[in-house]
This record gives sequence, C-alpha cells and structure tokens, in this order.
Amino acid sequence: MSGQPNPRVGLFVTCLVDAIRPSIGFSAIQLLEEAGCRVEVPQAQTCCGQPALNSGDEKDAAALARQTIAAFEGFDYIVLPSGSCAGTIVHGYPDLLAKDPVWAPRARILATRTHEITSFLVDVMGFRPKGRRLSATATYHDSCAGLRELGIAAQPRALLAEVAGLEMRGLEGNDVCCGFGGTFCVKYSDISNAIVTEKAEAIERTEADLLLAGDLGCLMNMAGKLNRRGARTRCFHTIEVLAGRADGPAIGEEG
Amino acid sequence: MSAPEASVQVSFKNRAKTALADRTLKIAIDRTTGTAEAKRAVAVAAFPEFQAARARGRAIKDHVIAHLDHYLEQFERNATASGATVHWASDDAEARAIITRICLDAKAKLVTRSKSMLGEEIGLPHALADAGIERVETDLAEHIIQLAGEAPSHIVWPAMHRTREQVAELFKMAHHLPPSADDPATMVQSARRELRAKFLGADIGISGSNFLVADTGATCTVTNEGNAELTTTPPRIHIVTAGIEKIVPTTAHALSLLRLLVRSATGGELTQYTTFHCGPKRPGDADGPEEMHIVLVDNGRTRMLDNEFREMLRCIRCGACMNHCVVYRQIGGHAYGGTYPGPMGSVLTPVLNGLAGSRDLPNACTMNGRCAEVCPVEIPIPTLLRAWRIRSWREKLEPGSLRAGIGIWAVLARRPGLYGLASRIGVRALRLFGKGGWIARLPLAGGWTAHRDLPRPAGRTFMEQYRAQQAHKGSRP
Repeated sequence: MSGQPNPRVGLFVTCLVDAIRPSIGFSAIQLLEEAGCRVEVPQAQTCCGQPALNSGDEKDAAALARQTIAAFEGFDYIVLPSGSCAGTIVHGYPDLLAKDPVWAPRARILATRTHEITSFLVDVMGFRPKGRRLSATATYHDSCAGLRELGIAAQPRALLAEVAGLEMRGLEGNDVCCGFGGTFCVKYSDISNAIVTEKAEAIERTEADLLLAGDLGCLMNMAGKLNRRGARTRCFHTIEVLAGRADGPAIGEEG
Repeated sequence: MSAPEASVQVSFKNRAKTALADRTLKIAIDRTTGTAEAKRAVAVAAFPEFQAARARGRAIKDHVIAHLDHYLEQFERNATASGATVHWASDDAEARAIITRICLDAKAKLVTRSKSMLGEEIGLPHALADAGIERVETDLAEHIIQLAGEAPSHIVWPAMHRTREQVAELFKMAHHLPPSADDPATMVQSARRELRAKFLGADIGISGSNFLVADTGATCTVTNEGNAELTTTPPRIHIVTAGIEKIVPTTAHALSLLRLLVRSATGGELTQYTTFHCGPKRPGDADGPEEMHIVLVDNGRTRMLDNEFREMLRCIRCGACMNHCVVYRQIGGHAYGGTYPGPMGSVLTPVLNGLAGSRDLPNACTMNGRCAEVCPVEIPIPTLLRAWRIRSWREKLEPGSLRAGIGIWAVLARRPGLYGLASRIGVRALRLFGKGGWIARLPLAGGWTAHRDLPRPAGRTFMEQYRAQQAHKGSRP
C-alpha cells in the first residue's frame, strides 16, 4: 500500500485502446477513481514504442521512451490497461536508455512508478470492486508479458472473484501464448494462425460465455479468431467487467 | 558448414508453411513435446531446490565462461596426462579435417557414432561420407533419421518429427530382419539386432560430450540407451568432439548441472547412463580404446564471449526451450533450417551461419518469454533474440516495406498532435471496410484478415471522447 490515499495517476491509455476500444480507457478511469486516485490523461502520449523496440529499431524506440518519460514523470504513478506496454516501460526503457546519462535515471524512476492496472488496483491501492454483479461464466487468458515480465496472475483473479454471479472456468493452456506477438501475427501470419487456432479451441472447450484478458492485442487476436470460427464467446478486457460494462457491446459488437 | 546454410537460404516461411500443412508431423510434435512438458513440470515440482539449483547452474556456467582459457588449459593438461590427445579446432572445417585425418590414418572402414549435436554442427556425417567411411549412428533416434536420410529435428529427440507408426514402416523396409510387430519393445529389439554387429566391428567410435571436467581431464556423456558406452569402449580409437563451452571445473560441478539437465530435458532425475571417460585403456584395464582423441571446437564460441550473445554460452542443450515454444510446437525443428532448432537455435543459427540468411529466426517469435522461464541456466532468450533484431535493423536486413512502415509510424508517434489526427482519420477510414462490428477483409492487412476478423473500431478515438467529456465538464457552471 502506498500510504497516499489519493495519488495522482497518469493514465497511459495505449495506442490500441485509443484507436480500437476506448471503453477500456474509460473503465480504467472509473476504477482508478473508485479506488481513490486522481486520474489525468496526458495529451502528449501516443504509443510506448513497442513496435519499434521489437523490430530492432532502437533509435525510434528510444525517442518514444523519452517522450513517454517526459509526459508521465510528474505523476505519482503511471498506470496502463496492458501488461505488455507496462512491461515495456518497466523493463524496456531502462535497458534502452541505460547508456544515456540524462535519461537512464529518469527511465529507472519511471519504471518504479509504472503499473499494469489490475496489479496497481490490488497491490498498490488495496482496492476491491463493490456491488458488482454479472450472471455469466467466464474464462481468463494470462497474457504473456503481464504474466512473465510483471508477475500478474493473482490480481485479476482476485478482482474478478468480487463480481457476484460470475463463474470463472479454468482454461487449458491459460499461460500459453495466443500467437499475437505484436507484428509477429502479421509477419508470420500462418504460424500465428496455427497458434491462435489451438487457443480458440481451448477457449471453446470451456463453453464459457466470456473470454477475459488484460491486453487488447491478445484479445483482438483471440476474439477475431473466435468470430471467424463462428464461436459465440464474447470477449472483454478484465477491467471492463470490473467496471460493470459487460452489459455493453463486447469486442466486435456494435454499440 | 555448407548444408544447413544452404537450407536456411530457402525461405523459412515456405518451410514453416509446409510443416504447418503436415498433420502427421503435428501429431508427432504434440506427443513428444506434450509428454516432455508434463514430465518436466512433475520433476521440477518434486525438486524444491530447483530455483536454487538453477541459480547455481547459472553461476557455474558464468564462472567458467569468464575463465574459459584457464579451465581449457587445465583440461588439456589433465586429459593429456591421462593419455588422451587433445586437438583444437577453430571452426567446423578444421574440426572435420582433424577427425577425418584420424580416421584415414587409422585406415578406419567403419565408424560408430553416439548422438552429438556438435557433430551435426560441424557437418561430421557428410565429412565421413565424403571420406568414404561407413558411419553407423547408434542412438535409436539417430538410427531412425539415418535410415530416413534426415537431419535431427530436436536436440534431445532427433527423430521426434516421426510418429511411432512411421518408424515402424521405416524399420520394416530397412532392417535386415524386419520387426515382427509395431510395439515399441519389438521395434527396439529390431534396432538392437541391427546395431549389435556394428558396435563390435567398428574401428572408431565417435561421441560428443556433455561435460569436460577440467580438474580430471575426463569427458562425460549421458544417455538413456547405453549406446554411448558401446560406441566408446569396444573400438580401437575413441574420438570425442565437444564445444569449448562444455567445460566445468570439477566432477561436482558436472553433477550439479546434470541435475538440471536431466530434469529439464526428460523430467527424469538422472540419465540411465552417465559415463566419465578419462584417457584410453591403461595397463591392466579390462577394456577401453587404445587411443583417445578429444577435439575441442570453437566455431564462433569465442566470438560470443565479446558480444551480446555471451549468455548463450551457458546453454546445456536440454531442449526445454523448444518443448515449451509455441512456434516450435507448430512447425517442428526442420523448418528452422539450422543445426539447432527452436528458441536456442534461433539465437545460435545466426552465429553459425550468419544473420543475412537466417534473420527470420529471431523474428519468428512472439516474445512470450516461456523459453526463458523454463531455461535451467536462466538464459534471457527473448533478450538475445531482440539483440539479433537490433543488429538486423542496423544492418538494414529488414524488408524495405517494414522499415518504411515503422519509419512512417514513428514520425507520427513522435508528434502527439499529428498522431491524434492520424488516429482520428484512421479509425474513420477503417470503419469503411467493415459491416457490423467486424472487418473480414482489409487491404494491406491480409496477414491479419486471412485468418481472423478485425474488430471494427469505435467511431471516435478514446482521446477524442475524453477531450469532449473534459470540455463538457469544464463548460458546466
């Protein structure tokens, strides 16, 4: 627990949420405010730089790292609705800027204040949602970067356990990659397809109404495959369910 | 090494596509990697000190890598004192030349070989064939792929790409006395019958080495079939080929690493056979070779000491990274095109064959981190793969379209105002391509829409909606 009852939080919406699914960003604001945070959305944010970083383009990745650090270093915390983007700031930026005497310390400080949202709510704010109810069955996919770079596994499950009426079902291979991998899924489209097909089959076997996960990239990949296969599974970001938005349109449903 | 290099030049994507279409291959991969994954999990769970053992394994390897010259010289002194002859090969060609010369000098007609990935790395099978020497692979899986004329597809189970049913067919065609049934026991008996005469008639036995023990000068092989013992003991000459990174200070260090190796590879606690070879037959010994040669191979390893791939020298070749890799489990080992497949191979193949012909390998990875999670010596494989991507970008090996795409995107992403405008236009443009909530076909995004639908974006970006909300709040009295 932080000791600060009302920390000032900078929300990094992430580029995918900004473009594809704003509802995740609004869910984040709602939950952070319920947890007592003062939330701001810095307008100087764009993307964390992961596409450049994973393509080997260090120069552009470092430029975006510096831009993000400058935009967010004035906040008590920087919170993201993505384990993957949070992992980039926590681990990627300090590595990327390690040899820069000015930016390396700033990157390290920002890394200590950066959190993926479900882990921030549980580990830093000690928050549990109140009065949520959803009559549904759901299964949860552990997105790789959040799980392995940030150790996110118990927190989203603890939060979801507070939603009355929501029955969680185990997913076979819950910690196995869905085949998204950022640009991997289009560069090696056939391999990615084989991986996500197995993931979709496992999700369908649970016969759960909902698929939940903490990263929009993975969710778009799995939801897009499930829809192509004609599956009825509705896909949401974990925090949309926690914010009580699962009665609205799922990913790929018109609002 | 010419053969794998040539095959890397054939498109990785095409080989992957062929592998993906092979349903029998998928059955074979799932059986072996699935079993390996489950058994490793049980073994690790039953070994509460696993994390501590891992840290120790890593420390041993890091220490040895930092003092490689010291331990290699110590090993050479002690191996020589035990009566073995130590040879140094700076690359694959030199290693092949040394081994063929020993074989030709001994007028060897028949050579038995126990499984060694280093032998594959230096192209030994081809070199022996070119020298007119009959080579008999004595490891069961190597025997299978020798009959099939194939290369290993996994570093622990070289024939894992073949199902039991396919192996039965192969044995029926190739064995002098075909197996009478398809069950594993009968097939193993058939292979044993086939190989026994060769074991006893060989002039030279060639083995690899899992550990080179500096303070005794011994080499260590571990197997589950006992074939290494039959390969190295009866023939007149025993040749060991080993990468220089296999060195450990003492037998105790070898055993520390063995605990990690076996659990990570097969889920066992110990291999069935763990043999230390220390020099040739001494006066009074009941058996053993008259000559023992140890060929220590560099082949790019000392280059790795000084570059960003140094941590890869810790690798003990357990295969856990490939067993847990989503990509390997879809395409199998041959699609990678190098000696070493899977995540560890994607780091090593560019070292061995050059990056230009193998740049797909470090890129064909989702960076999910499972390989590093299971690695018994904590090699940060995704970080090393990213290091190849960085080199590839610097050397401009990426396709022009990708460089241009990332370039345009970065220009926008570094200008938040312009980026916001482009996003607002982009989501509106995207909406033109879909019906309802989904986009089924999208120009320039065929990689996505060939296999899955794309969620149609909401009409306005988050930033637009957020700013409108804030303005609304601000305008209220």
